[in-house]
Amino acid sequence: MNKKAVSWVVTVGMGIISLIALFPILLLLLSSFRPSSELMRSGISLTFDWADLNLDNYLYIFSQADGYWTWYANSLLISALTIILSLFFSSMVGYALAVYDFKGRNLFFGFVVFILMVPFEILMLPLFQMMISAQLVDTYAGVILPLIVAPIAVFFFRQYALGLPKQLMDAARIDGATEYGIFFKIMLPLMTPSLGAMAILQGLGSWNNFLWPLIVLRSNDMFTLPIGLATLLTPYGNNYDVLIAGSVMTIIPIIILFIFFQRYFIEGLTVGGVKG
Amino acid sequence: MSLDQPAETGKSSLVKFINSKNVVPYVLISPFLVSFLLLTVYPAVQGVIMSFQKVLPGQVTFVGLSNYNRIFNPTFLKALTNTSVYVVLTVIILTVLPMLFATILNSKIVRLKTLFRASLFMPALASTIVAGMVFRLMFGETDTAVANQLLNWFGIDSVDWRFNAWSGMFLMVVLCVWRWLGVNILYFLAALQNVPVELYEAAEVDGATIWQKFRHVTLPFLKPVTVFVVTISIINGFRVFEESFVFWEAGSPGNIGLTVVGYIYQQGIQQNDMGFGAAIGVILMLIIFVISFIQLMLTGAFKRGDQS
Repeated sequence: MNKKAVSWVVTVGMGIISLIALFPILLLLLSSFRPSSELMRSGISLTFDWADLNLDNYLYIFSQADGYWTWYANSLLISALTIILSLFFSSMVGYALAVYDFKGRNLFFGFVVFILMVPFEILMLPLFQMMISAQLVDTYAGVILPLIVAPIAVFFFRQYALGLPKQLMDAARIDGATEYGIFFKIMLPLMTPSLGAMAILQGLGSWNNFLWPLIVLRSNDMFTLPIGLATLLTPYGNNYDVLIAGSVMTIIPIIILFIFFQRYFIEGLTVGGVKG
Repeated sequence: MSLDQPAETGKSSLVKFINSKNVVPYVLISPFLVSFLLLTVYPAVQGVIMSFQKVLPGQVTFVGLSNYNRIFNPTFLKALTNTSVYVVLTVIILTVLPMLFATILNSKIVRLKTLFRASLFMPALASTIVAGMVFRLMFGETDTAVANQLLNWFGIDSVDWRFNAWSGMFLMVVLCVWRWLGVNILYFLAALQNVPVELYEAAEVDGATIWQKFRHVTLPFLKPVTVFVVTISIINGFRVFEESFVFWEAGSPGNIGLTVVGYIYQQGIQQNDMGFGAAIGVILMLIIFVISFIQLMLTGAFKRGDQS
């Protein structure tokens, strides 16, 4: 009886804490149905007139906010390319480190691990200078290039590939498969769970990335979502409709993906605790 | 390989060469290696070199230590102090609370674990910008914003959240904690799976209280993950930028929200003083390296932190 009571109290307590965690997201959702002028004047408020709730912000964003959808398309494209390129590059490396014994392997791996500790903030000014020289400022390539180097993904793929069954490789060799055929046709498919986790890590990192795009992107029609939304975040802004509905539209696809691919999210986001 | 048609034997020996086990690994690592050298190693070295230079468009001059001599000015010290306070607060909160919540979520007495875990994790999906926007509107200056409404209900006066030093720091810390709490809970939950159930049972037989079980059974198993969480929290804490930008954009009143990275951005990008910005970056890197090194010493090996 006593144990049951404790169980109830603890469960309710965790429930309240979970609600507190969800509270800002719920408030964001709710506020997106409020008149944007009121939102600008009074902030996100607990007291409001339920009768005032309407779809105006969404109607506006879907009919008249072309700029917002340009940011959206930019973010989608940049995230997709980042995922594809960084996964392609780093999965090959992680795999090579795990299954082949080659000269310089340990040195190379040690170096990759060491570079994991170098914060991006020390690289960004020289990178910016390079982008200026290469005339890549304000281009997709300028944003994407630094993101395709993902030492953390190399680390993760190596870890995963160490557990792959090596007998398969020998069997395939006897059947006349090339080493590359073995990787792409046999081993890479076996690495799917790790690819999923890293796709989430890289994708979410790129989707939410702020500092680098802020530096390298200049014109409004090249902005990604976080940069674009941040420009609306001024006290004198008259675009709170785009800001609030646009924020919801930024999070919702991620939450839907999270519900379906929870495992990959959890694995991806807990790898080394890299800040996204 | 698909240029013109080489002699049959020549082609097959080339294929053989590229396919030999001595060559394959180098082919596989080469795209990464090139991008790694060009986009990480070179900028890292260049960053250090730049910190001894004055960089103007088309004109770079070595200025020795002059950038470093300028660093320890009141603005930088303010940024460093802010950042350090932020680091201390976030590290403590983001270690103690996740440890507590993970222990609770791991125990038998709580129900709906999966739901709670997912709910606590969900804030990590929001970008700092979107989350910060929501917090900014929740912690608005008006009496009608959520935070002040709650204070007023308890009979406390409204606060100008973004205009006091203490509340500015509070906003940044709350935003960070809100986003990362769930992720850190997962680290601790993963570590808790390593605690053998028999130990709890043995402790129960010996009549241990809940606290004694936590202190003497659970806690020793949590040491590696705790060191790991503390380290990444320190490193990520020193890298704080967005949590400040989202509340004050480029400048906060009296620099109450200025961080070290914010100062790099301000000097290196906005003021176009890249050499000076790079020097601040080097100092930041040294701080992070020293802390990583200390962590390495404490745990024996870097990989002993159960990441992956």
